[in-house]
Amino acid sequence: MKVLVCISHVPDTTSKINFTNNNTEFDKSGITFIINPYDEFGLTRAIWLQEKQGAHITVINVGTSETEPTLRKALAIGANDAIRIDAEPTDAWFVASQIAAQAKEGGYDLIIGGRESIDYNGSQVPGMVAAMLGVPFVNACVGLEVDGGKATVIREIDGGKEKSIISLPAVIAGQKGLVEESDLRIPNMRGIMQARTKPLKVVAPVESERKTKAVLFEKPASKASVKLVDPDNIEELVRLLHEEAKVI
Amino acid sequence: MSVLVYVETWEGKLKKASYEAASYGARLASRLGTDAYAIVLNASDDASVLGKYGIKKTFSVKGEHFQHFHNYKYVEAIAHVAEQIQAKALVLSGTFTGKMVAPLLAVKINAALITNVVSDPQEVTPLTVKRSAFSNKGFVYYESQSEVNILSILPNALGVSESTGQGEVEEIVHTPETNIEIQIVEIDKVKGKVPLPEAEIVVSAGRGLKSPDNWGMIEELAEALGASTACSKPVSDMHWRPHSEHVGQTGITINPQLYIAIGISGAIQHLAGVSGSKTIVVINSDPEAPFFKAADYGVVGDAFKVVPALTEAIRKFKAQ
Repeated sequence: MKVLVCISHVPDTTSKINFTNNNTEFDKSGITFIINPYDEFGLTRAIWLQEKQGAHITVINVGTSETEPTLRKALAIGANDAIRIDAEPTDAWFVASQIAAQAKEGGYDLIIGGRESIDYNGSQVPGMVAAMLGVPFVNACVGLEVDGGKATVIREIDGGKEKSIISLPAVIAGQKGLVEESDLRIPNMRGIMQARTKPLKVVAPVESERKTKAVLFEKPASKASVKLVDPDNIEELVRLLHEEAKVI
Repeated sequence: MSVLVYVETWEGKLKKASYEAASYGARLASRLGTDAYAIVLNASDDASVLGKYGIKKTFSVKGEHFQHFHNYKYVEAIAHVAEQIQAKALVLSGTFTGKMVAPLLAVKINAALITNVVSDPQEVTPLTVKRSAFSNKGFVYYESQSEVNILSILPNALGVSESTGQGEVEEIVHTPETNIEIQIVEIDKVKGKVPLPEAEIVVSAGRGLKSPDNWGMIEELAEALGASTACSKPVSDMHWRPHSEHVGQTGITINPQLYIAIGISGAIQHLAGVSGSKTIVVINSDPEAPFFKAADYGVVGDAFKVVPALTEAIRKFKAQ
């Protein structure tokens, strides 16, 4: 079984988000980058497939050389090899086209991405990859079992969960539930040493259009400081919610 | 040229989140000087009600192929109607269903997709819209480079614009060609509750409640407000409440009009999932809880006294 895990290189959850160059660019200075948390749930689930079912795990990222430490971390966690498509990942269509091209070439049984990235929150790439390949797509996947050419998947739906059986190859977009946080692996020294010599292939991008362009960034308006209400006069809170906030 | 809105159904009923998408589509159509149409699949409700939100005509697709949600089949039917009416802009809601549909549809009709949309377009040519990003810590204005566009609206970001009127409904038949099979084994529905991503009011509680046995007062407050209930991550990790109620970065992202957080300290991972809320009320006994910095209204006090008093006050208010 060959599994391709898509890795987004994103600012750490606790990062302060700032913009630069007249608010036309995200300010990367002082930012620590990590494996996108949603992708890490998928990577960990893939490692289980490696350990229990002998899967071969390739991780892939579309990014410039600055994303390599993130790919090396995925290798240290246990992926067998890595592919970096050498391009700026500014548009979902472009990124999906790159991953789909590699997926076609590599003949993967399963492609795992995250429900969304925590930077641009697009929720687009895995679904587009699936459509470009013409294979099943499962979003918000919280359960995955692979048996031969089929997978049993559980996904979140609006107001519940749905369990279904799909045939492989397929693309899933994962989240917590595929594995739990306590299952996530911190690379050990042996893993980190091994990761240095595992193959990391750098590939030129295929020709693809970019269908969107980020033209301006904006920070949320800073909140006015909190209005405190006396707990002994809770009717005042109801009045404020009705008359001032107009939400009830 | 026209605008097409994908209207979702839940057990045959038109979904409220889709009225927001319909309103958006109608406003966009009027700016483009054209008409807004809708497509609905497997509806038992009368879709002419969409006229109230500015939809001129709804294409209602029925039949055995559409009884269960199947993303590729649904996408085919939407693409089929989009082609018929030469839709240049498609609008849908960013629900779980919307997220299963939108990326496939973009590839099928060769469109740009912009998700998490939080406002009407700044410009219509080229289409430029504001979207939420960085887990609610920023916004990005996207400019489309494509002739055809799909906009996925962040649920509750814009609300509905309702007037009077009745839309036409045309039933159409579509036979899907996809050979992708999805065998549904089991659907586990949470009964009688508004799905959290679409809820307008959410009452949420955390470790400050001390025990799962104390959730009765949370549910009472939620009932008084007509709200959905949610919880913090530690609470779902300890299995005090089901994982489906966990809001925050690794759980569900919500954007309600009103979010009431009780006994939740407000870790950055929690805020990432809830700071899209229009109004935030924090009830906490610790005046230093970081959540107060992100709140509009705060009550420093014992939840076990404040919450029942608030429920009582809400009931009195509603009775007026």
